[in-house]
Amino acid sequence: MELKPILSALLRNKTGAILIAAQIALTMTIIVNSVFMIMERRGDMDRPSGTDEANIFVLSYTGFASDFNEQTQIVEDLDYIRSLPGVIDAIQSNSAPLIGGGWSMSLATEEGPDKNGTGTAIYFADDHAVNTFGLNLIQGRDFNPEDITWRNRTDTNWPGQAILTKALAENLFKEDWRNAVGKTVYISETQPINIIGIIETMQAPWNGWNGLERSMLVPQQTLFGGGRIIIRAEPGERDRLMTDIENGLMQNYKGRLVRNVRSMEEIREISYQSHKGTNTILLVLITALTIVTALGIVGLASFSVNRRKKQIGTRRALGATKFDILRYFLVENFLISSVGVVFGALFTVGLNMLLVSTLDLPSISWYYVPSGMILLWCIGLAAVYGPAKKACQISPATATRSV
Amino acid sequence: MLTYYFRLAILSIKRNPVLSSLMIAAIGLGIGASMTTITVNYAMSGNPIPHKSEQLFAVQVDSWDPNNPFREPNIAPDQLTYLDAMALMRNAPAKRQAAMTKVFAVVEPKGDEALPFDATGRATFTDFFAMFETPFLYGNSWGKDADNNNEMVTVLSKQTNERLFGGENSVGQTITIGGKVYNIVGVLDGYRPTPKYYDVTNGAFNDPEDYYIPFNLVAALQLNRAGNTNCWKPTAEDGFQGFLNSECVWIQFWAELPDKETQDNYLAFLNNYAEQQKQLGRFPRPLNNHIQNVMQWLELQEVVSDNARVIMWLSIMFLLVCLLNTIGLLLTKFSTKSAEIGLRRAVGASKKTLFAQHLLESTLIGIAGGLLGLLLAYGGLHGVKALYGSSVEHLAKLDTNMFFVALGLAISSALLAAIYPTWRACNIQPALQLKTQ
Repeated sequence: MELKPILSALLRNKTGAILIAAQIALTMTIIVNSVFMIMERRGDMDRPSGTDEANIFVLSYTGFASDFNEQTQIVEDLDYIRSLPGVIDAIQSNSAPLIGGGWSMSLATEEGPDKNGTGTAIYFADDHAVNTFGLNLIQGRDFNPEDITWRNRTDTNWPGQAILTKALAENLFKEDWRNAVGKTVYISETQPINIIGIIETMQAPWNGWNGLERSMLVPQQTLFGGGRIIIRAEPGERDRLMTDIENGLMQNYKGRLVRNVRSMEEIREISYQSHKGTNTILLVLITALTIVTALGIVGLASFSVNRRKKQIGTRRALGATKFDILRYFLVENFLISSVGVVFGALFTVGLNMLLVSTLDLPSISWYYVPSGMILLWCIGLAAVYGPAKKACQISPATATRSV
Repeated sequence: MLTYYFRLAILSIKRNPVLSSLMIAAIGLGIGASMTTITVNYAMSGNPIPHKSEQLFAVQVDSWDPNNPFREPNIAPDQLTYLDAMALMRNAPAKRQAAMTKVFAVVEPKGDEALPFDATGRATFTDFFAMFETPFLYGNSWGKDADNNNEMVTVLSKQTNERLFGGENSVGQTITIGGKVYNIVGVLDGYRPTPKYYDVTNGAFNDPEDYYIPFNLVAALQLNRAGNTNCWKPTAEDGFQGFLNSECVWIQFWAELPDKETQDNYLAFLNNYAEQQKQLGRFPRPLNNHIQNVMQWLELQEVVSDNARVIMWLSIMFLLVCLLNTIGLLLTKFSTKSAEIGLRRAVGASKKTLFAQHLLESTLIGIAGGLLGLLLAYGGLHGVKALYGSSVEHLAKLDTNMFFVALGLAISSALLAAIYPTWRACNIQPALQLKTQ
């Protein structure tokens, strides 16, 4: 190998090499950390809501007319919607997964103030909730129709039973969660709630909350002056029903406003809009960065080929093959890149540590760093390949000409 | 002389079109990316009321849970309980002050044609308008009497007035909100502070409310509230009165305190008040009361998202890569000119004039890159709007300030990148260059 002459040539013209190495180091730092952040966010976005998202839609209503009787209206509306062909089931509730607004409470396994509580999202719903959301009831039983009561806006009493998500039960009872059905937890410090069932997954309304998987179904229907209706359609019927039901409800009674008719897919889209936006920005940034760095390497390599035309000609005249010339430039670039990626690895970990402390991001997984190094090596070699190929074409006769 | 250098520079830029356009593209991309993100961060961290931001104070009294702070590390709640807000309104010594909260209701337009629509409102006191200097298109704010006597009056936003009255002067007319009839006393003229500093709890970049009504109507009419409510203690009694007497925080509170003396007095009042409440068994935490001026408040409530900050720093690193790139390309470019420089040196041009000449060339490249960067930033901001939706609509805007910042950043980065290559090019041995000819 001709490492020694390559090195000594490099050392004679350090500036260019240092510049490329520095670019590679910084590029690697940015790319690896961005890709890591993108993957983290993708992971967040991929968490299942636990519901039959493809077929569910949600609408909001607000009563305003003086003759608006919420209780009879809810019964009427649900009867109407449940009777429509194509509808699997429907409920009235205060909120829905990922929708952004909701109610949270704290549960504790012991009674009394000053007990360590676990936060949970509250979904008020009747005995159709499990079927409407398409939840997976893994233990215990569903609500019965006679469990359901009405709740006024300022009520402070809680019904004595509830269905919890597995994540919530795990948080309350640790490994013992499998025996949670039948146990009592306390809400509002002193009010007992008997756990009658466990559902596998149901996300809370807020995607940024660290307790996203902790929710609780409470067997009540709300009389808050307004609320939401959640409807599950048979496959393929959702879009038709979204318009039909909005119009139908408005026709049945004009004293309440029906608005924000949105499919769960749309709700998910809105909920993760900024996640997606940030990912797109990062993706654009690292693409542009890769192009700039690669073009920079192409520019500098072409220049160095041009400058060494005569030497290359001489080497060729002295018996070096085309492949020798190609190899020379590839090895040279590999050496420069190696310095770059070693520093790049250090900077990458450094930046990640900074992000961990400022953004609450987890530490980067180990394999990101070697992957980044390999990627940058490849980018460097790909960028230098064109100019190096050109260098091979230089005819040995060039040596005999004066520039 | 300058025009001559200018011509030389243009000639030189044209002679290596590929290298020159690579440099312009690199600077342009770097500036475009960093200006896009800097603009969004700049708008997020802007001062919404510059001439008065040091006289307006968000009020914090810590009535929270004895066992846990409202927010780590020992940060007092960002809102007040009804009990505390009313006590401060009655007795606290401020030039102006206002409690406020967000409400929502259905607005029913007159006539059968127009459909009812839902609207958000701000229930507050008359001082809100004078304190925050809201511009009025028509009419004026309601008086103190209206606050005290639960008068059914309202001030509309410009948009609401356009929607309901086609932009005509609606003062003196009525509007039905939540089934109740209100007299319109004023219409605001496109009031939109960014950030919406007086209520960062419910979204620092949200739109302002559609209508404003006297605060005491919330209790009198038991209005539906739309804002954030936080409670640490179960409510003792049922009903709306139980909620009003609870330890739940749901009210933003602002005071105008023009000088040090009034500020000290106000804080002393808060501490004194908290001590009194302790006697009554409330305020179980150690004293933790504060007044925070506008910029302190935005900082404390972390209005600029970490995310936006990280993206900005990443894009500035990107700009740095682009500059390293430009340095490399300039070195390349100037080294092809060593023969020419050698000749010019030999026939008498000083290093200084050559340095100036080549710096001019770099500046031209910087300006071209900067203009390209501005164009890209313009496109980038549109992209940001498309990606994030309406919530960033008013953040992703290039104003004249940002235009000059971008141009300045482009030129200074180009100059910074040019200094070393230019210096190296001008430092060659003329004799050596001439010999190889």
